Amino acid sequence: MRGLAIGYVSVVVLLPLIVICWRVVEQGAAQFWDAISSAQAVKAFELTGIVTVAAVAINTVFGVGVAILLARYRFPGKRALGALIDLSISVSPIVVGLALVLVYGPYNGWFGKPLHDGGFDVIYAVPGMILATAFVSLPLVVREVVPVLEDEGIEQEQAAQMLGANALQRFRRITLPTIKWALAYGVVLSIARAIGEFGAVKVVSGDISGAGQTQTATLLVDERVEQLEPGSYQVSLVLIVVAVIAIVVVSFIRPKESA
Amino acid sequence: MTAVLDAPGAVSEDIAPRHVPASAETTLRLRGTSGLGLGIAVSWLSVLVLIPLAAVVAKSTGGGWSGFWHDVTTPGAWQALRLTLLCSLGVSVVNAVMGTLIAWVLVRDRFRGRRLLEIVIDIPFALPTIVAGLVLLVLYGPTTPVGINLLGTQRGVFFALLFVTLPFVVRTVQPVLLNLDTEAEEAAASLGAPPATTFRRIVLPVLLPAIASGTALAFARAMGEFGSMLLISGGLDRTRVSSMYIFQQIENFDYASAAAVATVLLVVSLIVLLLLDVLQRWAARRG
Repeated sequence: MRGLAIGYVSVVVLLPLIVICWRVVEQGAAQFWDAISSAQAVKAFELTGIVTVAAVAINTVFGVGVAILLARYRFPGKRALGALIDLSISVSPIVVGLALVLVYGPYNGWFGKPLHDGGFDVIYAVPGMILATAFVSLPLVVREVVPVLEDEGIEQEQAAQMLGANALQRFRRITLPTIKWALAYGVVLSIARAIGEFGAVKVVSGDISGAGQTQTATLLVDERVEQLEPGSYQVSLVLIVVAVIAIVVVSFIRPKESA
Repeated sequence: MTAVLDAPGAVSEDIAPRHVPASAETTLRLRGTSGLGLGIAVSWLSVLVLIPLAAVVAKSTGGGWSGFWHDVTTPGAWQALRLTLLCSLGVSVVNAVMGTLIAWVLVRDRFRGRRLLEIVIDIPFALPTIVAGLVLLVLYGPTTPVGINLLGTQRGVFFALLFVTLPFVVRTVQPVLLNLDTEAEEAAASLGAPPATTFRRIVLPVLLPAIASGTALAFARAMGEFGSMLLISGGLDRTRVSSMYIFQQIENFDYASAAAVATVLLVVSLIVLLLLDVLQRWAARRG
């Protein structure tokens, strides 16, 4: 049983990862440095960084707000709201890209055309990439925070309220300390998801390289593979390292919450 | 991270708790600030998710029901949907078995390297899917050091889907197995039941809802997978899954036929969500 489990995981995941690391080592440090320090690569990492920070910031604020609403309040349509948030992560990224292009596309999008005529482009530009990334990582913070808020109950907050604490004070002094580890967990998951997003961003960004580059790190990997250019292994290795760091961080945060 | 990302085990129950009856003691009525918050949240969700998804459905049926049906049943779209469905079903079955086995080993077995195995299992969640495709091709592609080339083969599509869906069943079954009391198993064993019988009669029934949930999540993920498919398919017709088909139609600016296949995928996602909801009620009733 143990052998079968380890064998399966090795063949499917571990060995391919080891081989790609080995290939990067084989090609040498100079090649590694060249691949990740070209102007195109630097710009790609920068775009990935901008999109990730913006999308995660939006999802963190939205996630905490919605989690409080779902855990603390009753209102009509509550289940529909939860279902819609859940749906967003199970939709194919390519469908997400298509959906956003149909609404925000500059030439015939429902909202995109008026916005484009007003001089604001969403699709084939950074705002659309942020929307796409926010879409695919939408439930990650909400899902982590809601159960913690539910377990905690509202007695402390009610007590604080009776003692005269205003909403902001109650949030800072009681809610935030309660949810901080769940929030951290959700944020790390969101960051990893945002950095790795590919399909939705490929569609909405137009995958532009050169002047006005909208190509993120994952799109750069794709281009280098498809154009048979060197450097895909090296950029991939950077993304693999980021992914492993995220997993390790998560594994340290997780036990504090739920062991 | 496609989801530590699609974090299994944390599905709709977490978001809209149905098992906790809403009572005056635990929930509040919306008032000024909270009402405003709900308004903002719903507006943002509409702009980001609801209206765009509605646009996909609207676009797909723009040419009427017959237009939709025509777009879905053209040979290219139909073959892509068929391949996606068959591969996703097959991958789900493999995951149900292997995922349960891996979860069992992680919980019940003590060995060196278990911690490493834990981390490796989460990697497909955290790894960008395009990198997943590349990683697989390095070992099982044209430059393979082991003599296996999966590029442009349906076996390759299947294998890549196994990679990206690996964690789902493991991560949904593992917590249930951890909480499982071993007394009943010990009793069965002491009464002379062979291990296989103990597993089938005692452990499996308890794990079943979790296995089903994890399998459903893996299925949904496989149906929509794109990044790894782009590389492993080699751009061939015989390995074109639905997401690849949609992408090609978008590239050709044929949004109506892209939207038609996208609508089918959306409906599948909705069905899986409903199924997960039912499974969770089932698990809650038992637990």
